[in-house]
Order: sequence, then C-alpha cells, then structure tokens
Amino acid sequence: MNVPGAWYLTIAALMFCIGAIGLLVRRNALVMFMCVELMLNAVNLTFVTYARMLDDIGGQVFVFFTLVVAAAEVVIGLALIVSIFRRRQGATADDVSLLRG
Amino acid sequence: MEWAVFLVFAVAALAGSGGVVMARKPVHAALSLVLTLFCVAVFFVLQGAHFLAAVQVIVYAGAIVILFLFVIMLLGIDQEDVLDEPLPAQRPLAIAVGVALFAGLLLVAKILQPTGATASRGSATQGDVANVERVARSLFTDFLWPFEITSALLVIAVVGAVVLARRGGSGRLLDEEEHVGAGSDAGPEAALEHPGARGVPEESA
Repeated sequence: MNVPGAWYLTIAALMFCIGAIGLLVRRNALVMFMCVELMLNAVNLTFVTYARMLDDIGGQVFVFFTLVVAAAEVVIGLALIVSIFRRRQGATADDVSLLRG
Repeated sequence: MEWAVFLVFAVAALAGSGGVVMARKPVHAALSLVLTLFCVAVFFVLQGAHFLAAVQVIVYAGAIVILFLFVIMLLGIDQEDVLDEPLPAQRPLAIAVGVALFAGLLLVAKILQPTGATASRGSATQGDVANVERVARSLFTDFLWPFEITSALLVIAVVGAVVLARRGGSGRLLDEEEHVGAGSDAGPEAALEHPGARGVPEESA
C-alpha cells in the first residue's frame, strides 16, 4: 500500500465536484443523469479508501449496497426519462416546465 | 509501480469525468463515463477491494452504461447538444459552487479525525483471508436483513420500470398531458393508442 489514502480522497473529491458542476451546467437530462452516476462513484471511491485507511470491511459492504441502489435508481430514472421525452425531439430538462407557476 | 498505475489511472479518471461534462454528444459522454468507471475499478483493485472492482465493471460499466446507450438510441437524441446558455450567469456560478464544494470537502477531510477504535465489522486487510470472503462474511451476518431488502428493492425497480416505460400504461397521464399541450400531435394513432379514453361512450351509443 504505497499510495496514501489522501491521494485517493483528493481524486474522489475532484470527481464529485466535476459531477456537481456538470449537473448544474448541462441541460440534457441524460447527461445530467450521468453526472449523478459520476458523483455516486466518487462517493464509492471515498468509502473504499476509508475502509482501507480505517481497516474496516464495513465500508466495502456499504459500497455494495450503494451499487444496488444505484442500479435501481438508474432503471427508474431512465424509464421516467423515456416516458417523458418519448414525444419530444431533444431531452432538454428546460422543456419540462409543467409545474412552473 | 503502484504509484505509476495510480497516476496513469488518476489522470484517465479525471479526463473521463471532464469528458462526461464537456462532451457535446450524449454518446461521447456515455463512453467517457465508461472510462471513468473503469478507472475507479482499478482504484478498487489497488486498495484491495477485489470483489467491488469486479462488481463495478460488471454492473456499472457493463449494465448501467449499456442502459444509457439503449435510451440514447431509443430516444434518438444523438444530435449535438446546444451548449449556449439561456442564463449567462449560470456557468460561472456553477463552477464557483463546484470549487466551493471542493474546498469544503478538503476542509472536512482535514479536520476529520478517526477515533482509532477497532473495526466493528471485521478487518479489511489483516490476516490471509481473501477479500471476497471478508465481504461475504460481513454481508451474510451483520448485513443479512439489508441484503434481503435489496432483493425487494430490485424487484420493485423492475416492476416500476415496466409500468413507467410501457406505452399506454400509467404513462398515459404524461402522454395525454402532451396531447393537450401540443395539440397537433394528437393524430389518429393517439386515439388508437388509448382506446379507453374515448371509445367507451361510442360503444354505448
């Protein structure tokens, strides 16, 4: 274990912030969803890094559950995107403004 | 050696996540996402989490990104994204929020102190037990109940996806909203798609 955990944590934090910026900047619903996946993965990397640093297997088990929940979330989210954008040309999130006052 | 692998894949991971954000086409964003997820799997291997690395490649890079590509294909949105902003202040503000988030994360990591208590779920590295066996032992003893719940969660997700994506199912609400909004869109096919919507009074007459 040569590389200290702080390096992994920095990479994970950078990935998380890039994902957050993408979520705020992009307008395509699918790309926004991919940015959410990016943020989830950064958190997973943080979990595994702390599991190694603190020598606790519980962090890795939690990543397993995160993966399951992420899979379920992707399935439901993509089904929603398909049913909303089936009749439109693009998938721009700005077009969905039914709840606007 | 480990440093070399780490540095190469760290650069690749950051380049991939930058590609997700900046790619003009959704397909390119999805492929950049594959690159990033694979690099994270390499990081898992470097840190001894072999089981999670395998699951990461199979579930994330294998299943989830393929699902994304299927949806891109299904919706036919492979044209280039419009990248000009209706709100001029949004992009600098978003970058400022991202930088502030990074600073906050570094601050938290700096002031966070591990208590030094021994692991309650078992060690991750000590001894000569393989990683898969460690994860399995914790998963099927301490986390048995949550593990069973996840199966219910997956079944609910599958049923929900089928109900949502089915034509004329409970997606009908969304579709009819669309017809009211678009007007010209509602042709004869729409009437065929929802026979229950207007067919009942005609049958009784």
